[in-house]
Amino acid sequence: MGPMKQTAHPPDHRTVRTPTGTAAAPAPPPARAATRRRPASQQWAAWAFLTPVTLYLVLFYAYPLYRNIDLSLRNYTVRSFVQGDAPFTGLENYGKILDDPTFAPALLHTVVFTAVCLVFQYAIGLALAVFFHQHFRLSATLRALFLVPWLLPLIVSASTWSWMLNSDSGIVNALLSTVGVDPVNWLTSPSWSLTSVIIANIWIGVPFNLVVLHSGLQSIPASLYEAAALDGANSWQRFWRITFPLLRPVSAITLLLGLVYTLKVFDIIWIMTKGGPADSSTTFATWSYQLGFGNLLPAFGPGAAVGNLLVVAALVFGLVYIRVQRKQALS
Amino acid sequence: MHSSSRRLLATVALSTVVAVVGTACSSGAGSTDAKDADSGTYTVWDPYPQFAKGSAWTKLLDKCGTQAGVKIKRTGFDTSDLANKTLLAAQQGNSPDVLIVDNPVVSTLAEAGVLTTTDDNKLDTSKVDPNLLAAGQSGGKTYGTPIGANTLALYYNKEVLKEAGVDIASVKDWKSLTAALAKVEKAGKKGITFSAIGTEEGSFQFLPWFWGSGAQLTELDSDKAVSALSLWQDWLKKGYAPNSVINNTQTTSWQEFAGGDYAFAENGTWQLANAEKAGFEYGVLPIPGSDGGNAAAPTGGEFVTLPVQDDTGRYTTSQKLATCLTSTQNLYDTDTTLSYVAPTTEVQNKQVAANADLKAWVDAVKAARGRTSDDLGTKYPKISEQLWKAVQSALSGSKSPEDALTSAQAAVK
Repeated sequence: MGPMKQTAHPPDHRTVRTPTGTAAAPAPPPARAATRRRPASQQWAAWAFLTPVTLYLVLFYAYPLYRNIDLSLRNYTVRSFVQGDAPFTGLENYGKILDDPTFAPALLHTVVFTAVCLVFQYAIGLALAVFFHQHFRLSATLRALFLVPWLLPLIVSASTWSWMLNSDSGIVNALLSTVGVDPVNWLTSPSWSLTSVIIANIWIGVPFNLVVLHSGLQSIPASLYEAAALDGANSWQRFWRITFPLLRPVSAITLLLGLVYTLKVFDIIWIMTKGGPADSSTTFATWSYQLGFGNLLPAFGPGAAVGNLLVVAALVFGLVYIRVQRKQALS
Repeated sequence: MHSSSRRLLATVALSTVVAVVGTACSSGAGSTDAKDADSGTYTVWDPYPQFAKGSAWTKLLDKCGTQAGVKIKRTGFDTSDLANKTLLAAQQGNSPDVLIVDNPVVSTLAEAGVLTTTDDNKLDTSKVDPNLLAAGQSGGKTYGTPIGANTLALYYNKEVLKEAGVDIASVKDWKSLTAALAKVEKAGKKGITFSAIGTEEGSFQFLPWFWGSGAQLTELDSDKAVSALSLWQDWLKKGYAPNSVINNTQTTSWQEFAGGDYAFAENGTWQLANAEKAGFEYGVLPIPGSDGGNAAAPTGGEFVTLPVQDDTGRYTTSQKLATCLTSTQNLYDTDTTLSYVAPTTEVQNKQVAANADLKAWVDAVKAARGRTSDDLGTKYPKISEQLWKAVQSALSGSKSPEDALTSAQAAVK
């Protein structure tokens, strides 16, 4: 997402600034004469300004992406990886991962993980945003505290979650036992591991939703609420008739960004369960890592192929995002 | 003014470009590529990031460098990163001169053509125990020499066993071990902890039981293999081992044991220093085979290897460095620091003479087997991945041991 946004903006700024700059220039004739006399140098300056961004994009986005596609289309063994003479095998790696018994569960887990996380993150984030919009005492402080999950390094929060959810000595099972519930094997049972990583990821994602939606709420004029209150709308009606519809553009962006972020979540799952037990919490992101780096003998080709599937998925949603953004800009 | 300020801007922009390109190039070529600039500097990569500058290990490296008349540039990597870093470096033609690497990785790197053989580099491996050296051999060639070895055994908590009325001498095979665990559980304590995590560590910990049953890595679905996995599954079902073993690394499993409630823990030589600090009396027992005797445990520990260089003239000095690192006195010092067992009988005797407690470990290492031995080489990583998956499936209850191992064997083929 980042690069697209960046490429979209700088040219925009320049096209906007240059005309207004020349139009509003205090002494137009000499300036115009100067620019007309030196079109070449200005051209050069323009290119010079463009170069850092272009170089950055080529070095850090285009080249790695090209390498990843190249990796996925060749049959790499450790030997050919080093010697650089891997034979081109077309889509064989993609065929390999489609036939892999891990493919179907990984796809299902990726979809479930992303969908469930998004729904809960958004719902909880929105509820909290509306709550904090009331401007009660300490609301700013409490809101700041809610940001903590976002600020913590992922390794810290994921490790803490895995301690809390430990089957034998975790605090969650200890609490459950005090209310007479049998302990749950949160991370070590195939039927619970996906749920556990989803819970942890929702916790981490709520602050992002809270912040964006809260700032969206600020932009809804208070007069609308006053008018609605005068018309006798209760708070429930005010939410569904005013807040929710007016928040729609912000909601769309929040959900789409969240989707791209959630699709590629890797650290939490890897730290908490390593995608296990028995692939029960494997998503495309962890599977790709497992193939490429999780084994003494790396399978770079299939690993890159899985990674590319994720890139394509993210790209599709990225395009959706840009469309939505454009629509919003027009409206 | 106007045009000069514009020119200034252009200059600034251009210099930014130059700076960006400059940093990009220097970061791409990498900090490890110092040798082209200065042929008197030799690079050493090791998996001991815990040793900072000024530690005994880095001092030893510098000393060996001085003896060979060169400067040493050392980088410590996380052990799980080192294999991939080395492959990438070899791809870029940036391999270190001396590479110290985990033994099961050696055959993979050899397969990649990254390592020189001892025929090429003239390293002397004649004093090394053959069972340890085997981990660094494939296709009849040797790709390095071990700097130290470690393996797994059972640590036991003497107090817990005493409370439960278990005589450790009675633990001779799987049956008597399970009976001891039952007694411990009855006494209200916890039985045994190990690591069955879904990584190489999980396979490493399962192998002593796998091999102890008489099973072979070439046949994962044999009845003997099933009996080993059933043993673990049974312990979990009966509560002799905690469910958390499925997610335990060897470190977390050790932490459980160090808590003082567990009777047994399967762990390695490297925990000896921590065992002294645990605050209870402990003993060490070789892992028993299914019908008695000692099971073969997998060898751990690193190999000193010399990666292939474009400039073959560098091998002479690199060989001097490797020989210095594995000389008798230096092996003794290094293996004491690392809490490893030395790879040569001469140094092992010295270690036992200095610390009689090491006897059990030296015996365990002598009985140990390399994971990539028996010419499994690069087949091992694939087998191992299926093995840890099967262990995870069976322990988490998603498959029976038979089904788990049958699909593991099918996936390897």
